[in-house]
Amino acid sequence: MITYKAGKQPDSREYRLIFKNVDREGWDPSIDCYLRDGGYEDLKKAIGMEPKAITEEVKKSGLRGRGGAGFPTGLKWTFIPPNNTKPVYLICNADESEPGTFKDRYILHQDPHQLIEGMVISCFAVNAKVAYIYIREEFPEAAIILEKAIQEARDKNFVGNNVLGSGFNVDIFVHRGAAAYICGEETGLIESLEGKRAYPRIKPPYFPAALGLYMCPTIVNNVESLCHVKHIVRMSGEEYAKLGVKNNTGTRILCVSGDVKKPGYFEVEVGKITMRELLYDMCGGPKDGCEFKAVIPGGSSSKILRCEEKFNLKNPDGSARELSFWDIPMDFDSLAACGSMAGSGGVIVLDNTRKISWVLNNINTFYAHESCGQCTPCREGSMWMKKISDRLVAGEASPKDIDTLESVAYQIDGRTICAFGEASSWPVEAIIAKFREELLADTNPDNDVEPQNPEAEAQRRYLQPA
Amino acid sequence: MSQSLLEENVASHETPGSKFFPTFLPTAALEAEADQRLAQFPENQKRSAVLPILHFIQHHHGFISAEAIEWVAGRLDIAPIKVLEVVTFYPGFRQSAPGKFHVRVCRTLSCAMGGSHELMDKLCELTGIDRSHSDSHHHPVTVSPCGKWSVEFAECLASCGTAPVCLVNDDFHEGVAPAGAADLLAKYPD
Repeated sequence: MITYKAGKQPDSREYRLIFKNVDREGWDPSIDCYLRDGGYEDLKKAIGMEPKAITEEVKKSGLRGRGGAGFPTGLKWTFIPPNNTKPVYLICNADESEPGTFKDRYILHQDPHQLIEGMVISCFAVNAKVAYIYIREEFPEAAIILEKAIQEARDKNFVGNNVLGSGFNVDIFVHRGAAAYICGEETGLIESLEGKRAYPRIKPPYFPAALGLYMCPTIVNNVESLCHVKHIVRMSGEEYAKLGVKNNTGTRILCVSGDVKKPGYFEVEVGKITMRELLYDMCGGPKDGCEFKAVIPGGSSSKILRCEEKFNLKNPDGSARELSFWDIPMDFDSLAACGSMAGSGGVIVLDNTRKISWVLNNINTFYAHESCGQCTPCREGSMWMKKISDRLVAGEASPKDIDTLESVAYQIDGRTICAFGEASSWPVEAIIAKFREELLADTNPDNDVEPQNPEAEAQRRYLQPA
Repeated sequence: MSQSLLEENVASHETPGSKFFPTFLPTAALEAEADQRLAQFPENQKRSAVLPILHFIQHHHGFISAEAIEWVAGRLDIAPIKVLEVVTFYPGFRQSAPGKFHVRVCRTLSCAMGGSHELMDKLCELTGIDRSHSDSHHHPVTVSPCGKWSVEFAECLASCGTAPVCLVNDDFHEGVAPAGAADLLAKYPD
């Protein structure tokens, strides 16, 4: 049961494009409602265009993928080999599972036709005849809503053979995952869709746009990214690019959770809102009697930022400037320049009541559970990072453990097939770099000589005189 | 019991919840589901239908048994191990019966900050579940002695803004404070 907050007013600083219909008064996910609001008009416009021209518009729009990596969507589409003769597939990545992210949930449950329209337009642009929506298993209700919506769209000839008399055929199928985070990684997702374990493929050579599903060219885009395509067609790439800031165009949905008065989702122009405006003005500031301590700005795998941090950045002309944490604009490039990332838009806020060792352990537990196990550094490393932080929260760690933890993290990063290695080690690296003192305060040098587990206990007999 | 080659390798043990789920048998509905799912993929890519077919089976039978694995393998023309490796890889598939109502509580950061671990404790207390022997990898699901309930910690359910959240079978519940555990359970009478 999704609680509809019908009629809940968006914040005045928001710019609702994708979330226009989320929580809208009198709105429901049926096709009739969508059509009454001018739905599928952008599809009609798109099929009157040259497919290449749509890709051009998406490139001009500057749209960057909203799933986490921020890769330019239009550019991704052009990676399909020009002399390709194999079928092309489009996959909508609806495996939203980065901790802190909860935007696709609302699109899928409340506005499925926006996604379907965006997908059909995208399929037309890249000449994909079959598309799959890979949706996480934990959205059972959304899977039913989508199946129904696709049927409605098929009945009205927006999906199926000869879409609106254009001669273009496209079919969309819903495919449910099975609760594995790694399926959000595009090549892992493809393996999963092929009915296998979701072990990511190595790039190169397996760039999906060239060698994807069934070794055919495959475009994998996030739910939000595909919805943006519809608006780009309506507005034109050039107009769309006027939203947001240079290189970081359009709108994006920021999901705020954790220790703020009013958590929730906010669709804003990229880079037009600073951290201060987001957390104080839109989210109502810290809970009574508390102070903000740190923020994880782009899903749990992004590097944590301390609220009192200052960053030394370079201006385009080469001169230096100082930027405080609170003045960081919420866009891809600014957050990257501050050593973190905008990622999937999931902002997790921690206040002074949170022990950082506990936060670290919670994150480590997630990655230890979700590592697919294919690459040794990640499989073993994520597990050992969890074991060490387990000790830390139990008060059984020694100061040396913090160094061990750090060294494990740096041995994962960059040594794995997919970005999960970075996703699991970045939080550890950043938390140690920024909160070493606090972590050390939870350790005790006496623990250094204590055996930490049954194996060590068993081994200790070799170290003692007979 | 049928003579299954996989029997020894598949750890399906009886649970108090077993009585609520019918033993696996290929039904007409399952055949129809398999046909429909297979039609969504190219003819030479039958293996792609493994996840949806397993979902259907788990939905009706509570878990994936050795017999179910063999049936799916036969239906998709693949070796049973190719199905088993999928069942053991994905946390969404179980090899033993859960309770009649399976509660998945979000364990991850924002929900944990919102009290999901206290919610889990409260649920266990109310249903008489002892989670002390469960671990996230091999024994994630714990069933109550009466078989009506089972609990499991799930990783991020993607509703961090309304923490803490949980799923009861296919129903999503948000903003479930630990104090609301009894009310949540009361929504599911016998």
